[in-house]
Amino acid sequence: MIFFKRHNGKLRLTLRGKEAIAGYLFIIPLLIGLFGLFIPMIVQSIEFSLSNMEVTSSGYTLVAAANNRFEHYIRALTIDPEFNLMLLNSIVKMLMKVPLIIIFSFFAANLLNQKFRGRTIARSIFFFPVLLTSGAILGLEATDLLLNSVNTSGSNTDEMASFLNVARFLLEYTSLPGSIVKFLSDAINGIYDIVISSGVQILIFLAGLQSISPSLYEASDMEGATAWENFWKITFPMISPLILVNSIYTIIDSFTSETNEMMREIKKVIFSDINYGLGSAMAWIYFICIAVILLIVGSIISKRVFYYDER
Amino acid sequence: MEQTAVLKTPIEKKVHIKKRFRKITKARLGSFLWSIIRGVIILGICFIILRPLFMKVSVSFMAEQDLYDSSIKYIAKHFTLNNYIIAINGMNYTKTFIRTLGLSSGVAVLQLMACLLTAYGFARFRFPGKKLLFGSVILMMIIPPQVIMLPLFMHFRFFDIFGIFEAFTGRKANLIDTFWPFFIQAATCTGFKNGLYIYMLRQFFKGMPKELEEAAFVDGSGKLRTFAQVMLPSAVPMMVTIFLFGFVWQWTDSFYSSLYLNNVKIIPNALTSLLYQVANQYETFGGNMNFISPGFSSMINNTGVVLTIIPLIILYIVCQKYFVEGIERSGIVG
Repeated sequence: MIFFKRHNGKLRLTLRGKEAIAGYLFIIPLLIGLFGLFIPMIVQSIEFSLSNMEVTSSGYTLVAAANNRFEHYIRALTIDPEFNLMLLNSIVKMLMKVPLIIIFSFFAANLLNQKFRGRTIARSIFFFPVLLTSGAILGLEATDLLLNSVNTSGSNTDEMASFLNVARFLLEYTSLPGSIVKFLSDAINGIYDIVISSGVQILIFLAGLQSISPSLYEASDMEGATAWENFWKITFPMISPLILVNSIYTIIDSFTSETNEMMREIKKVIFSDINYGLGSAMAWIYFICIAVILLIVGSIISKRVFYYDER
Repeated sequence: MEQTAVLKTPIEKKVHIKKRFRKITKARLGSFLWSIIRGVIILGICFIILRPLFMKVSVSFMAEQDLYDSSIKYIAKHFTLNNYIIAINGMNYTKTFIRTLGLSSGVAVLQLMACLLTAYGFARFRFPGKKLLFGSVILMMIIPPQVIMLPLFMHFRFFDIFGIFEAFTGRKANLIDTFWPFFIQAATCTGFKNGLYIYMLRQFFKGMPKELEEAAFVDGSGKLRTFAQVMLPSAVPMMVTIFLFGFVWQWTDSFYSSLYLNNVKIIPNALTSLLYQVANQYETFGGNMNFISPGFSSMINNTGVVLTIIPLIILYIVCQKYFVEGIERSGIVG
């Protein structure tokens, strides 16, 4: 017993015990939220997905699904014609987008970390999308005709032509395979999307870059290392834990964003079609996919991550 | 300086100066070129970020015929404030604005306090089950809110704490169309992106030196007082950052506001239903708005977005100094 000790026959708290109690007192808000709201909601959501629900005036009743407990899951996966396709689509889109966002935000953070005039202004503009392109605004932008025609190059014929020329040039004069050319041209096309969805990532990378001790660079400069070597031997390893953090954050962010078609579909099924069971089942299948992808990506990246102080 | 003192003869001196000069110019040229390239890249990205905003602002001052005029790109020929009048009426702007201001600042303050306490608890105290509890904070970040959307709605539609409400009033409380769900979620760390805030604040508190608190403790200060009087003053930039995040994400959040509020209009749902409102108002005046041209709808929507963003930009400019500083000091490292 490290938390209690006997003193004159009575149980008394030790210092560790007092510390533990203080800790619990501090996290009371979370404890209430977790056990009073979050975990019951999760359990209820699983229950919903396993049964049919009937709403009455005084509340709702759950009716067990007729034939099979997993009826809704089976229906979503095998009967619904669109669900599988959408799921696959959003996963593929995410896999294309995440590396681009990571690379771009890493690059941008490196730029913003250098000293130049007007750095503060540049930083505040780079962090701007974190604040202003969320929720309702993003939803409206996605459907707005005028802005869409402005933001994606290709509406304008001149831009379209030059853009096609670049793609053709790459195809004809380099030996890059077509899929890579397509990937690159998609990336150029979607630069706006990438820039506005990498605000938080830039921020995380920048914080990481600034926490690297300057003495490391000084030492390597003394040894005559070039900037290129410095980058690969110091900056990159030191920042690699954040690549993991950022990849996970980006995956979650792109999966749960308002503009994700899967999210819209789930919301539609629940609130427009009023099919709570099916909607919850879809949401859970979706969550399982996210969790699996996160596990895979996390395990791949964390093997290559370098930790400065092995804790 | 020391080197020049060593070099005695004038010829040696000359050669030395020449060498140094060449070296400097080469290095300077390189850094000069790089600063130009960097400037171009940064300007380009800033332009990409800001262009939609400029577009929105410029469109909001245009008359509809300007949209179809190919000679107009940014500056309106028929300058008009009509869009603003329509959008302000359609959103019922002043009332909605005040309501949203109250909601957003309430939510931001509540979740800031809750997250501060929780993060401090996680950063400084050892207690059994800490890893498991912190793991569940991470889980709260990962689980998409859509998964628990429906139970949340049901929970607040038929709200009750241990049957207390039912015992007094005979039925369960209906919290839909009130602000209570937002406040309850904010105060219990289960609101929008609260996992992220807890994570950031915990990293910050972990990076603070322990000696300060130990000194305060030796001087006889309690734990809560140490937290409030020693830790919080140095956490101000971080607190401003979290407050700003909370405020802005609540201001534009369409997920919870469309879930909990049907008839009460706050800015995000007023914005999404703006066009519908405008059409309705025209019909009550006897007009016929069966067909809304895409140009008009885009114009009105953009004006609405500008109206939504303006308060945020003002807030951002005010908090900007703290915001960037807070981010730099957050040290969100592993």
